Amino acid sequence: MLSQRFWSYIRRHRRSYLWGYAAVLASILMAQLSPWALKLAIDGIRQGVGGITLLGFAAALVVLALIEAAFNYAMRLAILGAALEIEAELRRDYFAHLQRMHLGFFHGARTGDLMARAVNDIRAVQRFAGIGLMRSCHTTVMLVVSVAFMLAIDVRLTLWTMTILPLVTILFIALGREIHQRFDRVQEQFSTLSARAQENFSGIRVVKAFAQEEAETAEFRAENEKVVTTNLLLARIQGALWPAIGLILGVASVVLLWQGGTDVIRGRITLGQMVQFSYYLARLSFPMIALGWVTNLWQQGRASMDRLDEIFDRRPQITDPPDPVVLEPVSGRIEFRDVTFAYDGAPVLHDITLTIPAGSTVAIVGPTGSGKSTLVHLIPRLFDTTEGQVLVDGHDVRRVSLGSLRRSIGIVPQETFLFSDTLAENIALGADHGNGADLRAIAEVAAISRIAQDVEEFPRKYDTVVGERGVTLSGGQKQRTAIARALLRDPKILILDDALSSVDASTEREILAGLRRTRAARTSILISHRISTIQDADLIVVLSDGRIVQQGTHTSLLARGGLYADLYEKQLLREALEAEDPSLS
Amino acid sequence: MSTVFQEDEILGRTYDARLIRRLLGYIRPYRTTTAMAIVLLLVASLTDLVGPSLYRVAIDRYIVPGARGGAVAADLRGVGGVAAVYLFVLGIGFATRWLQTYLMQFVGQRAMYDLRMHIFEHIQRLPMAFFSRTPVGRLVTRITNDVDALNELITSGVVAIFGDIATLVGIVGVMLWMDWRLALVVFTVLPFVFWVTDRFRIRAREAYRAARTRLARINAYLNEQIMGMSVVQLFTQERRSLRRFEQLNDEYLAASLDATRNFSQFYPAIQVLGTLAVALLLWYGGGQVVQRAVTLGVLIAALQYADRFFEPIRDISDKFNILQAAMASSERIFRLIDEPVTLQDPPAPVTLPRVQGQIEFRDVWFAYEEDEGWVLRGVSFAIEPGQRVAVVGHTGAGKTSIINLLMRFYDPQRGQVLIDGVDVRQVRQQELRRHVGLVLQDVFLFSGTVERNIRLGDHDITEEQIRQAARYVGAARFIDGLPDGYRTEVQERGTRLSVGQKQLIAFARAIAHNPEVVLVLDEATSSVDAETERLIQGAMANVLRGRTSIIIAHRLSTIQHADRIIVLHKGRIAEQGTHQELLARGDIYAKLYLLQYKDQEGAGQLAADPLGGPHGSS
Repeated sequence: MLSQRFWSYIRRHRRSYLWGYAAVLASILMAQLSPWALKLAIDGIRQGVGGITLLGFAAALVVLALIEAAFNYAMRLAILGAALEIEAELRRDYFAHLQRMHLGFFHGARTGDLMARAVNDIRAVQRFAGIGLMRSCHTTVMLVVSVAFMLAIDVRLTLWTMTILPLVTILFIALGREIHQRFDRVQEQFSTLSARAQENFSGIRVVKAFAQEEAETAEFRAENEKVVTTNLLLARIQGALWPAIGLILGVASVVLLWQGGTDVIRGRITLGQMVQFSYYLARLSFPMIALGWVTNLWQQGRASMDRLDEIFDRRPQITDPPDPVVLEPVSGRIEFRDVTFAYDGAPVLHDITLTIPAGSTVAIVGPTGSGKSTLVHLIPRLFDTTEGQVLVDGHDVRRVSLGSLRRSIGIVPQETFLFSDTLAENIALGADHGNGADLRAIAEVAAISRIAQDVEEFPRKYDTVVGERGVTLSGGQKQRTAIARALLRDPKILILDDALSSVDASTEREILAGLRRTRAARTSILISHRISTIQDADLIVVLSDGRIVQQGTHTSLLARGGLYADLYEKQLLREALEAEDPSLS
Repeated sequence: MSTVFQEDEILGRTYDARLIRRLLGYIRPYRTTTAMAIVLLLVASLTDLVGPSLYRVAIDRYIVPGARGGAVAADLRGVGGVAAVYLFVLGIGFATRWLQTYLMQFVGQRAMYDLRMHIFEHIQRLPMAFFSRTPVGRLVTRITNDVDALNELITSGVVAIFGDIATLVGIVGVMLWMDWRLALVVFTVLPFVFWVTDRFRIRAREAYRAARTRLARINAYLNEQIMGMSVVQLFTQERRSLRRFEQLNDEYLAASLDATRNFSQFYPAIQVLGTLAVALLLWYGGGQVVQRAVTLGVLIAALQYADRFFEPIRDISDKFNILQAAMASSERIFRLIDEPVTLQDPPAPVTLPRVQGQIEFRDVWFAYEEDEGWVLRGVSFAIEPGQRVAVVGHTGAGKTSIINLLMRFYDPQRGQVLIDGVDVRQVRQQELRRHVGLVLQDVFLFSGTVERNIRLGDHDITEEQIRQAARYVGAARFIDGLPDGYRTEVQERGTRLSVGQKQLIAFARAIAHNPEVVLVLDEATSSVDAETERLIQGAMANVLRGRTSIIIAHRLSTIQHADRIIVLHKGRIAEQGTHQELLARGDIYAKLYLLQYKDQEGAGQLAADPLGGPHGSS
């Protein structure tokens, strides 16, 4: 059965469906009256009626057709339209649901899979809600009405044909099962082929390095051959289905000719009635076929709705508390209390206790994988701690309203993500209330982050679109744009997560100087590999394997020796290497 | 990923003669079968036309006696006879239609098979540069879904059009033959039908385009939003993103409602016109019957033909969609097939039956893209057969490019790369690569058994050779411990191997293929335990023994044991010499040593890779 969620969408559009179903009924009634008019005409012709009467019948036919067409149009518009609206609502809700999900959810799900659900599954549900529900109603009503009219003509003739027509449905079910199985085999082989291709393309480097192109092609050919074989196996019986249906309907028509003709000769029915009957028979053929078709749509729709429900039923793990504290105004004091964090069971941070006074600048250093990024991710609640607490202004972040917490934080993540939109829009993302940011504010932060000069060189300035369909920015330009974005919200807490790595040393100095000028009332947390970035910090925290191993100022840590002094030495070496010009040696 | 959805915005024209001609090229090999299928289809379409005519005969001759040219008395046996003929004709129709469907499926499947092979073989020949800029998913879509859309065109679209035309022509013929005046009455509505159809076609095309473009926009946006979700959440922009999404969603809804409205008008409109034809027929034909100019059977048959006449016309809307989708797919497929093979084998290749292993770079200048900066700037060096050379350098020094050029994954812009004094561009790529083995640290395993992953597709390699290779690199022990030994399935469907085990398999793979020259890309990877590390170092030593080798080195041990170290810096060779010599110079290598390798001194300890370390430089 289809899920509750599906029916709740349908229920919201029940007026459209009811109106659509009423139109179905009306259009079918009109449609089935016209053979009757035809019958009257034919019987009239046999009795030699005049031209005026015939014109009357002809006019009646046209009028009936016009009314039927109007209802038919109304039916399609109501039901198919409602289904399209349901599709849009479903897609919107899906998107809104994803927006509420926590970061961990996206780490566990593949983008391609989430996309496939949004693209294919929502479409399949729409098809069932539209064509599926329309056809199932249309078929049922058509069946009932036609049989009623047929019975009114002649019971015996109806019984005759009614023993034949259900064969269509039986055939559908009988062949259907076998077709289904063979179709599954086709699909299976098809995904094997896709997997083969996918593997070859992903491993093309190895394929080429070991000169395996021909062997790979041979393997692909073998799988491809099997695709053909399975498909032809399917075609053998699937190809029989429609002709067989045609045959059965034809046989019904033969029986009508034979039995009906006999009845006319014997005077049990008129010729007009026989013709009328033949029209009902013809009109039953499509519903018989549609029955199988609707079953198919229903199965696909159900499977797809199940897949969507899988996502909808996932609950966001990072949400507002029931009675949230609103941080207003924020001073920016941050505290980690015995924080331990494990990701997927693997420990990342151990017993971190750290106090960052409001307005101070703290630098976090340490080797790759020591947990620096994870530590700062706990502040805006990208993740929640496994044990211990993170507090902002003395409030556990889990007690604070998510919106007010995140609004007080400007973060520049390690991996800069720009949307394929204009530079202005990308920076304005930082603005508190969406599109409220004016160009002056943008220009101001762009100047501090040193992206302003670059923008001036773009022909369309801040209206330049970035990304694949626009200008491709360098790594440094992207980072500087992301810094501008974070600054635009004038955050009380600014977090730069290795955000200057692609910026050259002199630009970095300028940016840091600019930040220092405005930094006074702001708590800043810097993660960096460059000592130059961090040496002026009020406090330097050295992380290793998820633990704080050293703390202090630049000079005190250097004096003490150990990991920080080691890192410092390597930094000097790296700078020396970068300055080295080989053409001179 | 986002690019996939963007490229799928290519909509294609409804009909493009050039594309159709290329597509037909794939059917050409099966033209006899296709011709047979079309003949069968014509026969099947004709059998469809028989029904009303048999009704006419039955009515005029046996049911309504006394009509013009009919029998004088009602005849039950006559009716039975006609019914029997009808049944027979239906049987023929069934058989021909079934056979026809199967034959057409056969043609479609064979043609798609050829097309898929064509795409796959072409992709195999494309240079590495192509793969570095094309997402794998896009290539897979071309070879699967896009090809399938074409199959639909061949099996349903093309054939159905022939069938429809046959039916239409047949009906016109039969009606004219039965009574040309009645036929003309039916045809009077045709201009209206054409007008409605044409209007529908134009509007449908626009609506289809609008809907497709807007859907593509939604998908591109959704894709990007999913990838950048954490940014949206951190900057509390959920509401704004949602508003934008709703806007795109509404635009799409409007377009699809528009398309639906168009479709919903078309069906009933054709229906009304059909009824109009029937009504005219009834009025005029009825009068003729009354005046005894036409028999009742002819009128009834004409009514039935008129009804069927509009069916194929009504169905064109479905075919239209198939055609539309197929055109877009074929445009994308042909664009891939037309992708130039920029790295070609020479027309008259030099053969290298046996390689000594002498390698030379002669003033090589290289950039990955013309407009990007030089990665190698005038690099020259020579390696004698059997020598072991380590290439070291800071991030971005150009180390990996040395391997890429020697394997001829790329060509240099200037200068030459020579093996045994022959320019690598003079040799067939596959032959070159049979002599030059590559061991990557980031091991790619294919699905299948361990054995297959060592042998790959090379059936000349015997089982014994595989076992020998595994023993030689010290992989035999863990392989024997696997549930099915060498027959153990790895990757998704089988046992998951550790990073170290995968690396050992990569070494065994290299040994089994027995190249004269070995290139090792020994980049930093996630740490392996000390035992495995020892195994890997042993395996590496064995692989390199007696072969000319270039190692992009990460491990201190391999550097120390090299005959020579080449120090690359900013695309140039800065220093060359042995470990001791270079250390003594106290220049770039000495700094690199302190920065990257010094921590490995001691008990085989792995670098903690401080401050990022040397990641795969490009």
